[in-house]
Amino acid sequence: MPSFVIQEKCDGCKGGDKTACMYICPNDLMVLDPNAMKAYNQEPDQCWECFSCVKICPTQAVEVRGYADFVPLGSSIMPMMGTEDVMWTCKFRNGLVKRFKFPIRTTPEGGANAYLDLKGKDLESELLSTEEVDGFTMPTPQATA
Amino acid sequence: MALPNKPLGELKAVRDPEVEEREVDILVVGGGMAACGTAFEVKKWLKDGQSVLLCDKAAMERSGAVAQGLSAINTYIGENSPDDYVRMVRNDLMGLVREDLIFDLGCHVDDSVHLFEEWGLPVWKKTEEGKNLDGKKGQKMGTLKGGATPVRTGKWQIMINGESYKRIVAEAAKMALGDDNIIERCYIVELLLDANKPNTIAGAVGFSVRENKVYIIKCKTMMVACGGAVNIYQPRSVGEGKGRAWYPVWNAGSTYTMCMRVGAELTMMENRFTPARFKDGYGPVGAWFLLFKAKTLNGLGENFAAGEAAKKELERYAPYGTAAITPTCLRNHLMLFEMKEGRGPIMMDTVTALAELGKTMDKKELKHLESEAWEDFLDMTCGQANLWCAQDCEPEKKNSEVMPTEPYLLGSHSGCCGLWTSGPDFDWVPDAYKIKADNGKIYNRMTTVNGLFTAGDGVGGSGHKFSSGSHAEGRMAAKSMVRYASDNASFTPTLKQSKEELVDMVYKPVRTFLENCDYTTAININPNYIKPEGMMYRLMKATHEYGAGTATFYQTSSKSLEVVMDLLATMREDWEKIAAGDLHELMRAWEIIHRIWTVEAHLRHIQYRKETRYPGFYYQADYPGQDDENWFCFVNSKFDPEKAEWDVFKKDYIKIIPD
Repeated sequence: MPSFVIQEKCDGCKGGDKTACMYICPNDLMVLDPNAMKAYNQEPDQCWECFSCVKICPTQAVEVRGYADFVPLGSSIMPMMGTEDVMWTCKFRNGLVKRFKFPIRTTPEGGANAYLDLKGKDLESELLSTEEVDGFTMPTPQATA
Repeated sequence: MALPNKPLGELKAVRDPEVEEREVDILVVGGGMAACGTAFEVKKWLKDGQSVLLCDKAAMERSGAVAQGLSAINTYIGENSPDDYVRMVRNDLMGLVREDLIFDLGCHVDDSVHLFEEWGLPVWKKTEEGKNLDGKKGQKMGTLKGGATPVRTGKWQIMINGESYKRIVAEAAKMALGDDNIIERCYIVELLLDANKPNTIAGAVGFSVRENKVYIIKCKTMMVACGGAVNIYQPRSVGEGKGRAWYPVWNAGSTYTMCMRVGAELTMMENRFTPARFKDGYGPVGAWFLLFKAKTLNGLGENFAAGEAAKKELERYAPYGTAAITPTCLRNHLMLFEMKEGRGPIMMDTVTALAELGKTMDKKELKHLESEAWEDFLDMTCGQANLWCAQDCEPEKKNSEVMPTEPYLLGSHSGCCGLWTSGPDFDWVPDAYKIKADNGKIYNRMTTVNGLFTAGDGVGGSGHKFSSGSHAEGRMAAKSMVRYASDNASFTPTLKQSKEELVDMVYKPVRTFLENCDYTTAININPNYIKPEGMMYRLMKATHEYGAGTATFYQTSSKSLEVVMDLLATMREDWEKIAAGDLHELMRAWEIIHRIWTVEAHLRHIQYRKETRYPGFYYQADYPGQDDENWFCFVNSKFDPEKAEWDVFKKDYIKIIPD
């Protein structure tokens, strides 16, 4: 189900510090044609349909068309990312439309606690840093205890 | 007239790239769940003056197997015991697993899950009335760490709203490590041994897929965690749909190949995974079986898995087949049995399942149930949702076909191939499982090469860790690596190869292209080279036809294995003539050689193990069925980098946890 870029909507992320879809694609497929200032999928048959490019595009220029080998034409699914939820619009081939909203995270973006000040104490033990803080004791298999 | 003869990719490769040399104490290769665990943990143990660097082939925010998201965390111990976790994994993987590694993972995995929830991953909770609350609503019940009850589907799985799972985990990882210690879009392709100290890791070499640059990185210790191997067999969809692999299509076997090429011992490489999934879209079936209690029906409409014939068939594979939970491979076996008997196709009866659940629900609850069914796909396999839309399939009205996929190699899901590593250094762990480093010490998750660690899909004999377990294992390896680097503080890594030799090796496909590309008028057709795409098709055809691919219902034979081993040897020779005109193609060139070596290890192990340990995943026609008398043991192998020879051998299995 390869991603494709809508000519009219793509501005090559010229206002941004990086081409968003090119930055994110886990398989190095999305690239920018610097002359046209348009992005494109350089190897559609290696697209995992992960929707990372669709979700990150600031102009909603990237969509996905079902794989030609087995997906009938006429349907689409499209996510809209919010800070707490993702809203999906699913259009059936027969015209039926379903909308779903799912939570994506409970904290503000950038708010993950990386425990920057935490320093482990005993390098020789098998405890992880946060387990050490919690006073965790390593279990032993019941049969050998 | 201009000839259509130019590199195809956007970022052209040049003959002589820039070279960046680095030296660090700890190098992390990979950026998925395991590497994110390492990134989070490692600096908490580093001493002043010690350094760390992480190289990811992609961008950590969406790299690895969880890039797209997940709808469940499949390993959360919670109210269960690590002992029972070992029993479950052991039975699913037909008896042969490393119980020390599994038990150890079971002790740590919940700590990672608790962190995910704290970082913002929404975890579903049960109310006192037994209702499910998701998203922020779930927080009202408190945290898992604080004792709140998760929504279990099976005994080990918990439901999440996981669209942003990887983004959340990567956020903490990147913050903990610091941007200066991360190089994204850097594909490490070969590990380097020390020039002076035998069997000791000293560094790695790779390149940027964004600019013409080769990275040569020296280190005292290293973790390689680049996932499993995908697109090694011809997939069921061979056009655009090749990309719709079940496991991430970018997993190229790099973990196994890079480690084996420096002499690290492999274990259970004969194990593979051919998951039964919704046909073509490869959407997950776990929630349908476990959460929605759906059944699969054969072409006659029978619940075949509950029938007498299935029971009889399973008895042939006792005690695994007769266990309370049928192992994954045997569930596949039953499905294949129906298909071969002409009783296909196999359908997931979504209609009956949802109707049954709907009987006790009001309209609002029913609507939420429908939403849950769609979220299961939209959180982790968006394409399956689109396939349903394209087929006008509403699961409450129309059943969907289920089919086993092409084979995958992995060590973190329901598979257990990978590297032979040490477990924890406890008294209850058998000595035979402990790998002593040159200083006599045991380092958890170290391979048989001094200083070389792995995690996630890389650790063999220890399946069913999934996303959470991989993260925890990356953290365990992080601490071990700091210990190793500290114990070996005086070690100065020295490379055998010169800078020029390394650049020549990494950029050889580019040179081959530039030296020959003007000879013909068609860029991909040239007698002096082969393109990565052509080589990929050659690999897939060979494995498909001879290596127990879908072409033969996963069956191979001793003769077929001989044929495919010859084909692979020729592929390795021809790879010397692989050509890449751009940086994307250079990535593909290295990925395909990683795949070829990994497949070779897989088939070498199948060839050696003279039984069929995993019916449903593969069949060795000359040795059908299990032979516990002779083969109730691990199969390990080792490539000797000096002599360029393979050695395959038996390794004793030791039972630690009683039945």
